[in-house]
Amino acid sequence: MSHAHHAVHSTGRPFAFNPANETAFQNLLTKYPTKRAVVLPALWLAQEQEGHLTVESMEYVAKRLEQPPVTVFAVVEFYTMFKTEPVGKHHMQICRTLSCTMRGCEDLQSVVERKLGIGPGEMTADGKFSFEMVECLGACGTAPVMRMDNRYWENLSVEKLERLIDAAAEGRDPAGEDFNRG
Amino acid sequence: MAKKIISIRFDKPGNHTLSGYTANGGYRTLEKLFKMTPDAVTEEVKRSGLRGRGGAGFPTGMKWTFVPRSTDKPKYLCVNADEGEPGTFKDQLILKHDPHALIEGIIICCFAVGIKTAYVYIRGEYDFPIARFSAAVKEAYEAGYLGRNIKGSGMDLDVVVHRGAGAYICGEETGLIESLEGKKGQPRPKPPFPAVVGAFGCPTVVNNVETIAALPWILENGADAYAAIGTEKSKGTMLFSISGMVERPGVYEGEFGVNLWDFIEQSTGGIKDGKKLKAVIPGGSSSAILTADEARATKLDYESIAAAGSMVGSGAIMVLDEDTCVVKALEVVLRFYAHESCGQCPPCREGTYWLYEIVHRIREGKGRPEDIDLMLSICPDMSGRTVCVLADSAAIPAASYIKKFRHEFEAYIDKANPPARRLHPGGVNLEARAL
Repeated sequence: MSHAHHAVHSTGRPFAFNPANETAFQNLLTKYPTKRAVVLPALWLAQEQEGHLTVESMEYVAKRLEQPPVTVFAVVEFYTMFKTEPVGKHHMQICRTLSCTMRGCEDLQSVVERKLGIGPGEMTADGKFSFEMVECLGACGTAPVMRMDNRYWENLSVEKLERLIDAAAEGRDPAGEDFNRG
Repeated sequence: MAKKIISIRFDKPGNHTLSGYTANGGYRTLEKLFKMTPDAVTEEVKRSGLRGRGGAGFPTGMKWTFVPRSTDKPKYLCVNADEGEPGTFKDQLILKHDPHALIEGIIICCFAVGIKTAYVYIRGEYDFPIARFSAAVKEAYEAGYLGRNIKGSGMDLDVVVHRGAGAYICGEETGLIESLEGKKGQPRPKPPFPAVVGAFGCPTVVNNVETIAALPWILENGADAYAAIGTEKSKGTMLFSISGMVERPGVYEGEFGVNLWDFIEQSTGGIKDGKKLKAVIPGGSSSAILTADEARATKLDYESIAAAGSMVGSGAIMVLDEDTCVVKALEVVLRFYAHESCGQCPPCREGTYWLYEIVHRIREGKGRPEDIDLMLSICPDMSGRTVCVLADSAAIPAASYIKKFRHEFEAYIDKANPPARRLHPGGVNLEARAL
């Protein structure tokens, strides 16, 4: 309920699914008995297409699914993963729940603040990094954990996170490095 | 060595592919399944004693029998892979390492209940588990294990992977259904239960990933073999997610009935860095905390943990060592529930908020002497007064941490002796900081 207030962002230009997402959307319509059930999957497509959800893309989803726009806006507001403002190229989500706090997630927050100069909810001026502390990511056995670039970075330490940020900043793919246990 | 049922193939390379899974004996129960009647399958699952592994521990076979036998409406299965209870990280291993066992279990459940569409609701953050499971579903369709007329049996079944979008409450079964229907995941008043009025107004079974993944073993080896494992009322094995201040956190499969602390110690190598045990949270962050003495004296099964005043829940065991601050632990737990309350019931919306605010000010050194009892007085006004149990999930830890570790809370209010601000002093402490 205390989810952050979502500012609403407009691009000022119309939105439409690209051809690949249009195909995916048509496929989704065959998977559910109601159009409304496609709201979440369609919002995922829209968000993946533009990086975040805009007024135009949310209204587009509502129109395509024959829903009042407000029902789509309310859904977007409810779920933490739907973003209505731009996020960085690398959006860092550091888990702050119990096991990750026991294993040092506060140190990870300090690394981000010190190295990148941004706090939770902020983005670097070059748009490369943004950052938020999130509730349990469901990977407590490899705490502390961060989600970035659509994957988990596990068993993190101050040193590992520093390396990870350096690699991402320099455009290297850090995935090859030994960050994960399994 | 404890019996392994669910995790037996986790370490086998390539098991996540169809060829790997079939080489490991996968899908061979289907031949047997299609020779049985649906009622016989349900009876087998009932006799096995399998209970839901999502947290509530409800008998699985019995849950299936609540679905009306004759109905004109379609019936649905919702597989709950929203794994959100803090401390729980077991279902992701099934999705990643044994996805076809889940599909095989889905086929068994849907055959027994007469279901033609199953939705697998996976939490949105699980990028890799979603990719792994989706790939397995695709392979299963191509090989004729899903779709029309499965392996010539006449059974039709579609499996749809549905991605969540970040909301703990969608792990509550009616919250999950609301979310699946494209709405905010706000739980529904019950009755009617989902078995009668569930997804899209139709009869619906909601089962946890691990529950469904146990079905192939039960069908292959028989209900008696499963029921022979564990205790009189807690049958079989369970995946326990063990995290916190232990040497080797991880998911460990255990047989019910063993000593709780022995199981933790033998699985993980005990407390990290040779420290002493302070407390164990046995069933996810919504369960009551056990002191070190209680954890050493308790058996690990539904009834024993309940008798000790807590619960097995989702099998999420979190371990606090002697350096862990219980006040800060409660602050982190209550922040979670205050953040995740869906907001529809005032006792939860207001109760979780105020419990967090009060423990936060206590931990900041701004607590008043009466604040501890104020928190204890709020808890009973939250429990049992809401649509779902999220309010209880905050009130239960709050009351139990305070009752068992009251001196730690009092130390924060006694300004002469202010404790450290951190939850745990370990790791590289760059700077002491508030959350």
